[in-house]
Amino acid sequence: MASLKEMRNRIGSVKSTQKITKALQMVAAAKLRRSTEAAQNARPYAERMAAVIANLAAGVSGDGAPKLLVGTGKDTKQLVVVATSDRGLAGGFNTSIVRLARERISKLIAEGKDVRIITLGRKARDQLKRAYGDRFVASFEVGGNPGLAVAQQVSAKIGELFEAGEADVVTLAFSRFKSVVLQTPTLAQLIPAQVTGSKPIDLKGAAYEYEPDGETILETLLPRNLTVQVLSAMLENQAGFFAAQMTAMDNATRNAGDMIAALTLKYNRSRQAQITKELIEIISGAEAI
Amino acid sequence: MAGKIHFSLVSPERELFSGEVDQVDAPGSEGDFGVLANHAPFMTALKEGRVRVYAGGKITDFDVKGGFADVTPEGLTILAEHAQAVAS
Repeated sequence: MASLKEMRNRIGSVKSTQKITKALQMVAAAKLRRSTEAAQNARPYAERMAAVIANLAAGVSGDGAPKLLVGTGKDTKQLVVVATSDRGLAGGFNTSIVRLARERISKLIAEGKDVRIITLGRKARDQLKRAYGDRFVASFEVGGNPGLAVAQQVSAKIGELFEAGEADVVTLAFSRFKSVVLQTPTLAQLIPAQVTGSKPIDLKGAAYEYEPDGETILETLLPRNLTVQVLSAMLENQAGFFAAQMTAMDNATRNAGDMIAALTLKYNRSRQAQITKELIEIISGAEAI
Repeated sequence: MAGKIHFSLVSPERELFSGEVDQVDAPGSEGDFGVLANHAPFMTALKEGRVRVYAGGKITDFDVKGGFADVTPEGLTILAEHAQAVAS
């Protein structure tokens, strides 16, 4: 059995672990509020953008339609963008995104597709490096606050690969922030753009006028839409990450509390046992004289 | 004066303005234009410049960059990559 001093040290170490998890939980809770706000603030823009594109896409079709919208007509070259957070300590948050991406990637490989990977977030890079390191084309880090700057870099890279004919279909894996307790890993198709789902605006019979013209607008809008989708995925990830971290750290704090209680009980028992043992020794010693 | 229109100015980071206004002037890529109530459906790219909002005698200015204006019967929406209120 461990000595009393060892047990005391053990209790001390669990206590300091608990302090850390408690602090992390509170930090995550504070950041969660800000990042949910950011995710919500980004929604109107993304929604309006989707509506505008749906409107425009209804007008242009056929050969003249931009490739970003309709794709190249092939699906042999697949680009998968895996977006996670930079940091861990958030339970299964990153793992579940990576698992979804991994399933998708291995399915595509099994189908004989040429799969390339872009990772966004340090965890995605670390977790996929061993199995698919040779398929990486670029890795990005989210940094402190997910912002437009990183999203633009990522979408620029995607656009570049697409233009160069290195990608036919682009899929983005991220975690959709449903609520504090629920984040769903999701696959979203970026190219060809998904325009279904957002309803065109009712024009009440009037015709749209475009300046310069519909196609030019669409061509400048689509790359921006790409950026916006990457950005909103990053923001959703950020909010989900803090929610997952808060929950994970709350559990860890509670577990540490249970552990401290159990260890303290054990410590007191063995201390009592030792005192009793010493007393018996003294008494029986005295009796023997 | 004619009725009011709904105007919203959104950037990827947040919604900067949303509400009923009298008139909005914006720098279209083919020339500046103003939008009043009951404007025909119209969509244009914006060049870098200033958006002026007239609401009940009050004028608010925004600097926008990389934007789009979308006029529908529901109102006017400006999607701007960068937008910032100008301190008057």
